[in-house]
Amino acid sequence: MIRVALQMLVGDRLKYLGLIVGIAFASLLISQQASILVGLAHQTGSFVRDTSHADLWVMDSEVRFSQDSLSLSDNTLLRVRGIEGVQWAVPLYQGFLKAKLPDGTRMTAIVIGLDDATLIGGPPEMVQGSLADLRQDKAVIVDYNALESKFMMKRSGGRPIRVGDNLSINDQDARLVGTYRASQSFFWEPVIYTTYSRALQYAPRERKLMTYVMVKLKPDADVAKVAASIEAATGLKARTNDEFIALTRDYILKETGILINFGLAVGLGFIVGTLIAGQMLYNFTLDNLRHYGALKAMGAGNGTLVIMNLIQALTVGVLGYGIGLGLGSLLGQLVASAGLAFRMPWQVPVLCGVAILIICLIASALSITRVLKLEPAIVFKGG
Amino acid sequence: MSPATALKSPANAASGDTASNGIAIDCKGVTKHYGSGSSRVTALRGIDLDVRFGELMMLVGPSGCGKTTLISVIAGILDRDEGQCKVFGVDFNTMSAGQKTSFRGANVGFVFQAFNLLPTLTAEENAAIPLMILGESRGSAIKRSRDMLARVGLGDRGRSLPSQLSGGQQQRVAIARALVHNPRLIVCDEPTSALDHETGHKVMELMREIAVGPDRTLVIVTHDARIFEFADRIAKLDDGMVQSISNGKNVTSNAAK
Repeated sequence: MIRVALQMLVGDRLKYLGLIVGIAFASLLISQQASILVGLAHQTGSFVRDTSHADLWVMDSEVRFSQDSLSLSDNTLLRVRGIEGVQWAVPLYQGFLKAKLPDGTRMTAIVIGLDDATLIGGPPEMVQGSLADLRQDKAVIVDYNALESKFMMKRSGGRPIRVGDNLSINDQDARLVGTYRASQSFFWEPVIYTTYSRALQYAPRERKLMTYVMVKLKPDADVAKVAASIEAATGLKARTNDEFIALTRDYILKETGILINFGLAVGLGFIVGTLIAGQMLYNFTLDNLRHYGALKAMGAGNGTLVIMNLIQALTVGVLGYGIGLGLGSLLGQLVASAGLAFRMPWQVPVLCGVAILIICLIASALSITRVLKLEPAIVFKGG
Repeated sequence: MSPATALKSPANAASGDTASNGIAIDCKGVTKHYGSGSSRVTALRGIDLDVRFGELMMLVGPSGCGKTTLISVIAGILDRDEGQCKVFGVDFNTMSAGQKTSFRGANVGFVFQAFNLLPTLTAEENAAIPLMILGESRGSAIKRSRDMLARVGLGDRGRSLPSQLSGGQQQRVAIARALVHNPRLIVCDEPTSALDHETGHKVMELMREIAVGPDRTLVIVTHDARIFEFADRIAKLDDGMVQSISNGKNVTSNAAK
């Protein structure tokens, strides 16, 4: 009878396609929005992920996310270096500073200052020049992928800045000596790398300027114990890379409303899918009520009819899920290549599949209720 | 042994108090109401009726007289409120819903006014449905349905969809479906009303030829006086009661009015 159920379903082409399209739309909406949410959440940790030379990040106890530049006193570095289990510790500056391109185009940029001696904390991949070029006079490097957008000189005909161009940061000279490639960041501001000492020259005068201390542990050191020791000794916060990424992600998702917005979009996909699939499946059942009645009269039990109905719902569910997920992935590839956030780990298809399964069960529950209440005597009421 | 298989056996059926007398269907004082309170309508008012093995019984009467309700009670798809109705010695009202369903699947064949063929299934698939409901494999069921379609003259149309068949051919498929599992009771609801006179006549000839047998009983609800000649007996109903029972050959077209 399963084949009969499928033939009933496939035979009504319009409703069959309508059901698949409805569920595919829900699947597309749920998978795509969930993937964008995951992509955005992933991007919030790109800075920490790209700067993963260290085992621990030491920061002000009130830091809420990776771009929350709260300063530390200079002696923090020495205190951290003195804690047992620490192999080395280097300073990192991060601040939002005013920058001006050669043609006068102005912007606010995130300036990151790397330890002068080691350049630890630098970007993962250089495209033009080398990281050591930062040791040249007034040297800075910028994101290669941002040349055509964030570092475009709009006042002089739209040319991006090039290696060798002079720019200024907080009215002080800087010279582009290279470009790097980093992960797409959640934060819009362009990122400029330089050395720690030069970054302090660019930064406005403040009593405390160091943003982070990056800590590498000795091979046999216990990360949790060292982190606790640092926190106890300095009163600061010490976090591993994963913890810092999670801290940043959770803060941004909660405070920006992204979670609610994308959650609503996913919920909307679920509701729309349920309504479309439910209504069309119910209409399909109503259209076939006489046939279900005939089957019931001929000896098909309620169990058989329930299975037939579930098979029909699950068939359109599986097809719609696959098509929606495929389209979602395709669209995701397109937006991802354009630099937008899209990430589809295995959990997204699983979540989407569970949602579609629930949609199918809710939709078929309406139809099944109707079929179970159906009196087989309906078949003798003419027609 | 399930009720359906138990009752399918002629030996078991013959042991029933009605079956042993050659009576396949024995209804006494069958009453059926619809609705409740002020909107309550009585469809059957103490119907007494018996149908014998090998007999083709027609139920006739004006619209609303209760003939569809009575055939529904006889077929076990509607519960009566009062009285007694035994089919092959078994009272449906003593069965659970599942037992009734199984009984119908094994013992009752249906022919409907609107054919009720599944439009997306071929003729042979439609005719095979009762066998598949009984759990027979698709391959075996299709093979048997082809044989049955050949018996109703549609051996070459098994792969056709209902929409590719004429009304008469569709009703032949419905008859094949009603007979394919060799049921002992066949109930037909207005089997010729959607057909022209000539086709209706041919369908009834076919029913007489292949559906009627010593171990089988046919009950047909009809308005179509042109087919009364095919009945062994005709029960005329009016206002929920049996007005008369007569020999099919002696009934005029007025009986249906």
